[in-house]
Amino acid sequence: MSEIRNIPRSSPEYPVRLRAIHDPPASLWIRGGAPLDLFDRPCLAVVGARSCTSYGRSVARSLAREATAAGAVVVSGLARGIDGEAHRGALDANGCTVAVLGCGIDRDYPAAHRQLAATIVDSGGLIVSEYERGVEPAPWRFPARNRIISGVSRLIVVVEARERSGALITADFALEQGRDVMAVPGEITSAPSMGSNGLLRQGAAPVTRIDDVLVELGLERAQQAAAPEALAFAGDAAAREVLTALGEGELTPDELARATGRSPGDLAGVLTRLELAGAVLAFDGRFRRQAS
Amino acid sequence: MLARALTFAVVGLEPRRVDVEAHLLAADLPSFSIVGMGDRACQEAKHRVRGAVISALLEWPNKAITVNLAPAALRKEGSGYDLAIALSVLAASAQVPSAVLDLHACIGELGLDGDVRPVSGTIAVAEGAMRSGVTRVLCAAPVAAEAALAGVDVVPVTHLAQAVSYLRGDTPGAMPTAAADESVAVAAPTPDLSDVRGQERGRRALEIAAAGGHNLLLEGPPGTGKSMLARRLPGILPPLTAEQALEVTRIHSIAGSGGPRSALQRVPPFRAPHHGASAAAVIGGGVNPRPGEVSLAHHGVLMLDEMPEFPRPVLEALRQPLEDGIVSVVRTAGRATFPARFRLVGTMNLCPCGARGDPRLDCACSATRVATYRDRVSRALLDRFDLTVAMPRPRADELSGPEGESSAVVRERVIAAAGRLAEAEPERVAAATELLDRAVERLPLSGRGRARVARVARTIAALAASDAVLTEHVAEALSYRTPRDAIR
Repeated sequence: MSEIRNIPRSSPEYPVRLRAIHDPPASLWIRGGAPLDLFDRPCLAVVGARSCTSYGRSVARSLAREATAAGAVVVSGLARGIDGEAHRGALDANGCTVAVLGCGIDRDYPAAHRQLAATIVDSGGLIVSEYERGVEPAPWRFPARNRIISGVSRLIVVVEARERSGALITADFALEQGRDVMAVPGEITSAPSMGSNGLLRQGAAPVTRIDDVLVELGLERAQQAAAPEALAFAGDAAAREVLTALGEGELTPDELARATGRSPGDLAGVLTRLELAGAVLAFDGRFRRQAS
Repeated sequence: MLARALTFAVVGLEPRRVDVEAHLLAADLPSFSIVGMGDRACQEAKHRVRGAVISALLEWPNKAITVNLAPAALRKEGSGYDLAIALSVLAASAQVPSAVLDLHACIGELGLDGDVRPVSGTIAVAEGAMRSGVTRVLCAAPVAAEAALAGVDVVPVTHLAQAVSYLRGDTPGAMPTAAADESVAVAAPTPDLSDVRGQERGRRALEIAAAGGHNLLLEGPPGTGKSMLARRLPGILPPLTAEQALEVTRIHSIAGSGGPRSALQRVPPFRAPHHGASAAAVIGGGVNPRPGEVSLAHHGVLMLDEMPEFPRPVLEALRQPLEDGIVSVVRTAGRATFPARFRLVGTMNLCPCGARGDPRLDCACSATRVATYRDRVSRALLDRFDLTVAMPRPRADELSGPEGESSAVVRERVIAAAGRLAEAEPERVAAATELLDRAVERLPLSGRGRARVARVARTIAALAASDAVLTEHVAEALSYRTPRDAIR
């Protein structure tokens, strides 16, 4: 584990925005060697449900990737689901990202994201917590953690949230702290989107395309798309055919096989190539295009 | 007043010679005792034997009768000793010629009416007889064909009186001998693949699993045809070779499973123990170790439906047979090694409530619950599955579609591919290796995972009748990797 520092509120390094909120942490524990002026860059919180759909995953990842490529710092909570995808998206763009924990600074929670946490630190990002070493994760610590996520950020995007999701708590903190809140619209029949759609009804700005978020942050989309490999299929007829058949929907290999008239074995090979190139995502046996 | 009949006890899968000695002593008070570590069923033989002898209109000696099952230190189980006990008593009372009885091994249960009934393990007894140089076996008619597989001369008998008249030489004409029945066993008809509509990817994986002998994991919400597909795997496997068939027949005979059997089991067996099954039932066990489900699935298919519901010790115990193709069972009464080379087909849901992967249902499982559910199957066991296929819910129009290919058509391809694999393993071209290396870099694919993908790619190449493993074969093989490999 890399070095762990403690930054008291009195330190000039302490993030300015966080100091300005109603109840800033007395001190911040920091894992990772990056300087804290990271927080002076436009920080974007991407939060959402732990159990999410492939749509949410795909959006969170692309959003984080594009925002990072455009110069933002993605902040999230290292949880499963949307949070994890947000961090990964930032890493995809070779950027740094900030994970705020709801437990002791030396703990990797959830354990499944131990490797992700290590990668975040290695690629110049930070792990942040207001709790010292050895503090166990507890249900009430996560809402408290959320005020830090919104506190250091300029803009909060809720990707998918159920009706009583922790992501909505983050949105409440954000409004209290005077931060902007945006939400990604979801199908009105989809339970994982009930909370985020609710935010839209209450007046949160909808994310209709990724540029909406960048404009809000005053950034411009990076010239070079972060997923250049998706373009590598220009000369690959089979791959293009499959991508066209996929469209914006979510299809099983069997449905794709029928749509393209390919044998299941043949199609499986094409899908693997697309997956390796980051052009499609597989989720519980269904494929969708990686949004770009 | 001493006579002897020969039979065999089955320890594990091995026959052990048992001499049934009957001793008659003139006594004021007639008695009948059986010694030599017989279990309850052996002890109750007294009543069956006496009843049968009297029903056969033979004389029951009113003397002090002692029957010894030698060697006395070997535990004996079951009712298969009845016939030998009855004949030894009859020989001791000079109703049957001892010299003729000595040339035979006997196996069978007696009814009070004198009927000779089949018992499990008859083939093993016949094999024991063959090995100890006794070439004639007296057994019940329904299992005569099975005993004949051992190469002995079989004397099928239906009644004790018939056995006695044969031994006395009263039967006119030739000795009744059953010929070894080589015909294909008419077992319960194997369900056909043509019943499966849609699920092309699942069918493709099944074909690869059959051709390459791979273990297959099917994941998906309930009701998508996971078990239906798995049950059709035996039907597309190559038929058992004569040697394999004999092994399978022996195990099933000893385990006493399968009801009325015709002789040789040619169809690969299919076993699907319920998840409530104990470790002893699945792996093998009992006071005298008996083969479990893994051995009954030898040369066939073992399906574990709803794999995470099985107790962890049962799942972990599968690792030895999956690795070595045998199980060693150690009990107080002795140890036994059973063959257990099977193809494993596991099915599981994507989450504990089962709704995940079904677009029409809403899964309420938390991410932690899903992870806990998946962790019930250890990574070590998951590592044994070469092929993992997610089976999402098919659309309605898929189910009303045309029938799929029949098992017979698929089996042709499987047999051809298996033959090609046995001849020469196809080599991988450089570009294919390159793709594999790139996948290891991009996907979290363990060293073991890489080896699995390489194995599956070889099978795919063989199915495509290709001399070399090409990139497209590796690409397809990669699509069957364990999804857990994909979770970063």
